[in-house]
Amino acid sequence: MKRTIMVTIIVVLGAIGIATSWRRFATAAVPPGAEQVVHITAKRFEYTPSEITLKKGVPVILELTALDRDHGFKVPEFGIRADLKPGEVARVRIVPDHTGRFEFRCDVFCGDGHEDMAGEIVVVD
Amino acid sequence: MTRHLDRREFIQLAGLATAGVAGVVFSSGLRGVSFAAGKGRAEDFMFLQMSDLHWGFAGPAVNPDADGTLDKAIAHVNALPHQPDFIVFTGDLTHTTDDPQERRKRLAHVRDAVGKLKVKKQRYLAGEHDASLDRAEAFKEFFGETRYTFDHKGVHFIVLDNVSDPTGKLGDDQIQWLRADLAKHDKEAPIVVLTHRPLFDLAPDWDWATGDGSAAIEALMPYEYVTVFYGHIHQEHHQLTGHIPHHAAKGLMFPLPAPHSVPKKAPIPWDAANPYRGLGFRTIESQSGGDEYALTEQSVEKA
Repeated sequence: MKRTIMVTIIVVLGAIGIATSWRRFATAAVPPGAEQVVHITAKRFEYTPSEITLKKGVPVILELTALDRDHGFKVPEFGIRADLKPGEVARVRIVPDHTGRFEFRCDVFCGDGHEDMAGEIVVVD
Repeated sequence: MTRHLDRREFIQLAGLATAGVAGVVFSSGLRGVSFAAGKGRAEDFMFLQMSDLHWGFAGPAVNPDADGTLDKAIAHVNALPHQPDFIVFTGDLTHTTDDPQERRKRLAHVRDAVGKLKVKKQRYLAGEHDASLDRAEAFKEFFGETRYTFDHKGVHFIVLDNVSDPTGKLGDDQIQWLRADLAKHDKEAPIVVLTHRPLFDLAPDWDWATGDGSAAIEALMPYEYVTVFYGHIHQEHHQLTGHIPHHAAKGLMFPLPAPHSVPKKAPIPWDAANPYRGLGFRTIESQSGGDEYALTEQSVEKA
């Protein structure tokens, strides 16, 4: 019984967490767990990797971690943003629906160099 | 007889102001001067806006006189034939640093430098460079609170803090505070709002916005005579949101390009043929009971 309750709590919390991270690009009907996962770390004043290549129409989960202090992750063209905090993993699901190069950047002021903290998502056919 | 400016007229005036025409007059409200002039509620006066001093910045290609520009501007202000009633500093008094001691050293330098101004009545705002790394802890030690109100000759001034939160938001608490303050005033009261970041979405991808600025504008909208003065973008800029004009000021360290005029935002390099170009401050004459503001841009290059 306890185990059932625990599993239910975990599933519900997981669903809430994913729902808050998945934005309007989370539209494709892909079974949970089937997406490619891309890990991105953030530290002043860079993301690693700073360029991510995705395929149009293929869902991806970005797992973002801050290594040194609070940062942000914002992709204006996708309407996506997340807060990145040390010790936590922020998950953002993307299903890119058009090709091109799309900038992402830090939107939490983090020092001299903050304005250069950016990267690109490259979406190809 | 003055009437309310429509959007086209506002843009024309903004063009005149940007072209350096002195004393361009912007209406602050829904109606014209004739409405309030008869009420005799506020005296005319002049104040001065300085912004984005960025003391501590080092970049010879951008400003080879980084250590001298502020003193030059202060000398210019002190030499004005008509001294302002007071001076507002709309943020980024210092350039950011990770070192808390160095931050305090820079803030102390600015405090001492502006102490040389003849006009001792001064009001200060923080910018993200001053305040976002320590939530304004050091700034408050030198310049006091980051949000407050004051009144001058019948005009109500509201200073908003959209920089202590590193995400560039005002926050629900401050918006409630704003609403509570506004509730004490008549809808026809002349109001000036001072901020560092623009309250509207000028260029969010360039960080030229306030995350929840729309909530502040919504709170201000019922008030007929509201004008916003801000900094942050290091250039003169004029925009209307509804009937509320927003005026950005030049900085005193380096100019920045017009919104989205280049692929990547970066300081405009120093022009040796036109030193100090794009740097300056402005005088603001409150006229007709706070219903109109005459903006005169002053260049450091002419100092």
